[in-house]
Amino acid sequence: MVDSEDTINAEDIIKEIKKAGIRFVIALPDRTTTQSLLKTIMQDSDLRVVQVCKEDEGISICSGLYCAGERALLLIQYTGLLDSINALRGVAMEGKNPVCMMVGLLGKKPGVPPTNAARYGLRIVEPILDAMEIKHHLLETTEDNAKIVPAIEQAYARSGPVVMLIGREPL
Amino acid sequence: MMKRDECLKVLARHRTNEIVVSVYKAAQEWIHISPSELNYTFVGAMGQGSSHGLGLALGRPDKRVIVLDGDGSLLMNLGTLVTIANAAPKNLIHCVCENGTYETNGAVPIPRAGSVDFPGMARAAGYPKTYEFADLQEWDREVDSILKEDGPVLVDLKMEPGEDYPEDFRRLYNIQFREAFRSAFQK
Repeated sequence: MVDSEDTINAEDIIKEIKKAGIRFVIALPDRTTTQSLLKTIMQDSDLRVVQVCKEDEGISICSGLYCAGERALLLIQYTGLLDSINALRGVAMEGKNPVCMMVGLLGKKPGVPPTNAARYGLRIVEPILDAMEIKHHLLETTEDNAKIVPAIEQAYARSGPVVMLIGREPL
Repeated sequence: MMKRDECLKVLARHRTNEIVVSVYKAAQEWIHISPSELNYTFVGAMGQGSSHGLGLALGRPDKRVIVLDGDGSLLMNLGTLVTIANAAPKNLIHCVCENGTYETNGAVPIPRAGSVDFPGMARAAGYPKTYEFADLQEWDREVDSILKEDGPVLVDLKMEPGEDYPEDFRRLYNIQFREAFRSAFQK
């Protein structure tokens, strides 16, 4: 099990995404990330938040921003990721756009791998991403912060999407 | 009712250095009527044109972006109207090519074809300005000043198919054209 004191921290996540050159955060609130992460980002003058009504809009907005020379992060819940599979297919994968996503796994217990989660919806997330050949990483502990910058840099280097799954509510 | 190619030719005559995002039939015709590296056709999924346009507009507020959306496409992503109104890009002109059908997919009518009030929905979503054109001369008279207005603006263009243009899916979706667009856009 993951030690509760070792929980990933919102301020550290924000520091890392800024280090990766992110200037826009496209978001639709997710209970796992809203309180600590999204609300903090909304107060941060270095980051512009664009709220969307549906998650697939965000995949396309990130792609437009990429063509404009800007880096963006899409912050959503896993249900929104599942709802956006066609945009992920056509815009991010076939369109070769470096769409960087942080996706809250609402209801996943800390320390339990998503594929072993009690909820069906959580268990299928990683197998679907694997089937779509979309790179993904699990962020749950403080040492997982180190995955953020390389994940974003690699997404831009290969011009393809990456999903960072937020496995527990950040502090 | 305007012929689509004639309506697009009017826009092409008034185009200067605007980015134009286009989808489906309008895209297939636009790439012939107004060829340019600044034509963005790489939307990837139905309904997403205006969202790509928003990203482009937010990323480069110094450049003007025109979206040639479809009516069926807009119905598939209606939340975009609220998202765009909320983000309020001054450099975005959102045109809806209202032909009343899913023309690319066999010309089946859209739900409530001819009765959907796209400008009304845009105004309710928060677009400060909307227009509606069914007459070519009137569109020709107004387009120049509309292109200079602060956005977001929605322009409902009521049209029907005109002359046939050859389809070129490679130009619409091939990554080499997206990369050429990206280079031209970032100049």
